[in-house]
Amino acid sequence: MATAEVAVASKTLADHLPVLQVVVPLVTSPLIVVIGVRSLAWPLAFIASVIAFIISCLLLYQVIDGGFISYAIGGWAPPLGIEYRVDATNALLLFLISGISVIGLPYALTSIRFEIGAKNETLFYACYLLCFTGLLGVVITGDAFNIFVFLEISSLSTYVLVAQGAIRDKRALTAAYDYLIMGTIGATFFVIGIGMLYMSTGTLNLADIADRIADQGSNRTIRAAFAFIVVGMGLKVALVPLHLWLPNAYTFAPSAVTVFLAATSTKAAVYVLLRFMFSVYHPSFIFEVNTLYFIFIPFALLAMFAASFVAIFQSDFKRMLAYSSIAQIGYMLMGIAMLNVAGLTSTIVHMFNHGITKAVLFMGVGAFVLKVGSSFYDSIHGLGRRMPITGACIVIGGLSLIGVPGTAGFISKWMLMQAAFENGFWWIAVLVVLSSLLAVAYVWRALDVIYLKAPLDDSVTRDPPLTMLIPMIILAVACVWFGIDTTISIGAASTAAESLLNGSFGMMPTEIPAEMPAEVPAPTIESAPEPETAPAPAPTESQ
Amino acid sequence: MAELFPVSFLFFAAALVLPLLPMMVRSFLLLGVPVLSGMIVWSLPEGMLWQVSFFGFELELMRVDPLSRIFALIFSLAAFLGNLYAWHVRDTVQQVAALLYVGSAIGAVLAGDLLTLFFYWEGTAIASVFLIWARGTEGAYWTGMRYLIIQIGSGVLLMAGAVVWYHETGSLAFERMTLGSLATWLIFISFGIKCAFPLLHNWLQDSYPAATVTGTVILSAFTTKLAVYALARGFAGTEILVYIGAVMTLFPIFYAVIENDLRRVLAYSLNNQLGFMVVGVGIGTELALNGTAAHAFAHILYKALLFMSVGAVLFRTGTAKGSELGGLYKTMPLTMIFCVVGAASISAFPLFSGFVTKSMILSAAVKEHYYIVWAILLFASAGVFHHSGIKIPYFAFFAHDSGMRPKEAPTHMLLAMGITAFLCIAIGVYPAPLYALLPYDVTYHSYTTTHVITQLQLLFFSALAFTVLMRTGIYPPELKSVNLDSDWIYRKAAPRVIGVLASYVSQINSSVLTFLNNRVKNTINRLYRSYGPEGRMASTWPTGAMVLSIALLLGATLLVNFAG
Repeated sequence: MATAEVAVASKTLADHLPVLQVVVPLVTSPLIVVIGVRSLAWPLAFIASVIAFIISCLLLYQVIDGGFISYAIGGWAPPLGIEYRVDATNALLLFLISGISVIGLPYALTSIRFEIGAKNETLFYACYLLCFTGLLGVVITGDAFNIFVFLEISSLSTYVLVAQGAIRDKRALTAAYDYLIMGTIGATFFVIGIGMLYMSTGTLNLADIADRIADQGSNRTIRAAFAFIVVGMGLKVALVPLHLWLPNAYTFAPSAVTVFLAATSTKAAVYVLLRFMFSVYHPSFIFEVNTLYFIFIPFALLAMFAASFVAIFQSDFKRMLAYSSIAQIGYMLMGIAMLNVAGLTSTIVHMFNHGITKAVLFMGVGAFVLKVGSSFYDSIHGLGRRMPITGACIVIGGLSLIGVPGTAGFISKWMLMQAAFENGFWWIAVLVVLSSLLAVAYVWRALDVIYLKAPLDDSVTRDPPLTMLIPMIILAVACVWFGIDTTISIGAASTAAESLLNGSFGMMPTEIPAEMPAEVPAPTIESAPEPETAPAPAPTESQ
Repeated sequence: MAELFPVSFLFFAAALVLPLLPMMVRSFLLLGVPVLSGMIVWSLPEGMLWQVSFFGFELELMRVDPLSRIFALIFSLAAFLGNLYAWHVRDTVQQVAALLYVGSAIGAVLAGDLLTLFFYWEGTAIASVFLIWARGTEGAYWTGMRYLIIQIGSGVLLMAGAVVWYHETGSLAFERMTLGSLATWLIFISFGIKCAFPLLHNWLQDSYPAATVTGTVILSAFTTKLAVYALARGFAGTEILVYIGAVMTLFPIFYAVIENDLRRVLAYSLNNQLGFMVVGVGIGTELALNGTAAHAFAHILYKALLFMSVGAVLFRTGTAKGSELGGLYKTMPLTMIFCVVGAASISAFPLFSGFVTKSMILSAAVKEHYYIVWAILLFASAGVFHHSGIKIPYFAFFAHDSGMRPKEAPTHMLLAMGITAFLCIAIGVYPAPLYALLPYDVTYHSYTTTHVITQLQLLFFSALAFTVLMRTGIYPPELKSVNLDSDWIYRKAAPRVIGVLASYVSQINSSVLTFLNNRVKNTINRLYRSYGPEGRMASTWPTGAMVLSIALLLGATLLVNFAG
């Protein structure tokens, strides 16, 4: 399946799938504005999402067993031209992002009309598609500067989307403003890092950078570039001391926007981190290991506990979920820091599982907002009883968030614990369990409010309309489905993790593409915690 | 057909469709499913019958061997009786919870690996708490919370143990283990919590009396016996269990004697009976394990019978307090008879079920030269007779006349009690079929002269002691003071020494609890100060401060990078 020929003279539509993945939503967005008919805005956005989703399924199907697809934009062969490169890691992410978009848009139809008003819809959906394009682009591209461009596309449109919440609550403006400042600094750091890489390697193609770093070893510029890229992306990821934009942005953004952002945008950023840490740089660099051990593990632990404690004490359901997201990101970063196949698998699969889990929960909150206009615990008493299906979906999402066996959340935490044990870091496994207990506390608190408190009045009597309900049900079922049948999620994630840890990850030589990742055995890191034992093509530290 | 799906799925499927059915059909479903599952379990061949692959692990959902079969059978039987007893209940939540609970318990005894066991282990915890919550009182809510936290905690320990175990041995199979490593201790403590080991037992006395009338009957049968099964499977022959069990038989007696709430008395005596089984597991010989399995079988029946009869009293009169009841034999004669049958069984009267099963454990203890333990068990038997055999029927149905004239229990309750009582006697009179079910092939005769005479001596002397104390301690005026005087016997004479001891223990206990309570409160307050909505961690920082944090992290990252 590794159709890794350089697609210079592609003949069929199927060969153009990688670029279509991005181009379809990108073109639809201005189309919506140009047409300018309010009633067409949503259908167009939805059609674009569906097409993107179908493309992502096709791509995932092609690469799930290993291998990659390389696509040269405009026929300019990489490394000079811009290259799109799809493998199991980003195919899974594309699948998640476009899938959430397809499921989230029907939900947005009612929710957005209620929360921001019908007259802004045209521009909203145009903006939404831009954000969608940006995220897909960040994930699919194999070019460092292109990542930055798409990152900015998605970020700028995200600021606008968050600010839409100002129609209901003016604080959305300051939230968007803070996010803008932070996001811009993050993007700047990132582009500084890329600049440094360009300085020392003279190329922007990720695979090419990887090759040259492997050839020349590390130097101060390359290390500084690493630090800048990690911190820049850390901002988008909401790594703990850099997370401060997230709670407000998620809380004050319109519900449908929060659903989409929570499920996709931080995940795309985690993906970029993965790509740089494992494909461009190589974990055999001591400085990278140090960064993981001394920066990632402590801050991931801090995220798991501090953010969970904050979540426990929140008085607003939506804000609680925002803090819980920060805590969950801690698990993903912890998985990366484990530096073994199980750890990376847990990270990738947790991106996916947490994406669907958080989406269903934020959808539930959005349904409450639709009914009572607020997500404060004080105003949603007993709504679970009045809106049984919404309530049930929230329960399932909550269980998955805790990581109860049989739900998606369990799978990723189980993998993470295995990864910790493989490294002999059993105390990390213990801490993961303890922080899950904190998750029990904050989920319980929400369930207590929506089920065990008496409803405030009789105004709310039924579930939200079907357009909101069906997406919620689909995601809730997915939470259970991916907790039991893990062929897709674990399958793609472990393929991805193995190839990531091989370092080369198909990024390396273009001469022998067909036999790349799938055949190469996984590095035998399980046996020893020192990642230096990985069969690394890259040289180790010079000092 | 039976190999097509795990038995527990039958219950889950029933729980799924139950809410959609009309009430009358539901009742039949509730009775039919346990019968069906009993028949399936009966007809299953031995072996590992059903595997499923769960990302990388082969889970064994159906391990059928004599040990798991006898437990699955008695669980099905108990579910049938419990559901029959609960025929009048029209609460969907309770019906669904009962089905899920029973299904999880049966699934757990058939589980062939630790991961499956864990799933079902937590399943029993989560399903059963609804039986407590179903009572709907504020007290029941908090009791349920405590119960849930402890049960989930047990599951978490099991999970942690399983993970470490897997890491140590590379296998998840649930087989006999030797205590010693971290993994086995975690698993052991997890089982111990569910089995209500001394000092881990409080959830039992806390929660069972708090459940609904029918809920208690269901609760009493499964959770703890599941733990006994797990111990018998995993830790048979672990010597420490002998002593744990001996303590378990002993200490609840004193509490049971001074307790007024009859359902609570039964909860204590449940604990005491578990002690016998744990001793059996600890001895670990074939005879002892047979005794444990048989005793669990008989125990589920007579304990359910006792809970049913006290429940029927509670159902009709609204109270289960010894001091408020009395004289009910006039209007609830059948319930009284059933209660006496249960009492006789638990006291191990010859010709009742307790006798033929308990004597196996006692014989095993003697055979392995645990004489002190044997003596303790003997003393505990006398204690059981005292608080369950005499106290329960006496206070509920005789004693002073409370003046209450409730109606006889409803027909379905009588039917459930009748069947259970019949089984208790049948096992006692003709134990061969039960013995045939036991895990090991052992020829054992319970009706030897020595056994019968020892037991009768024990019982009659206990009864004598009771009567003598009654006679000497009292006599003066009217009926009303009988209560007071017998109260005097119970609360002053015998347990005076123990009372003092108990008060010390409870003082220490309560001061430790208060201390912990305060610590927890302080910790939460402190956490709230920094993590609450107004706290430093949760407040919105000024943009400048956010940027500063970026700069600091960048500095740190660069430092780490260059230092390497």
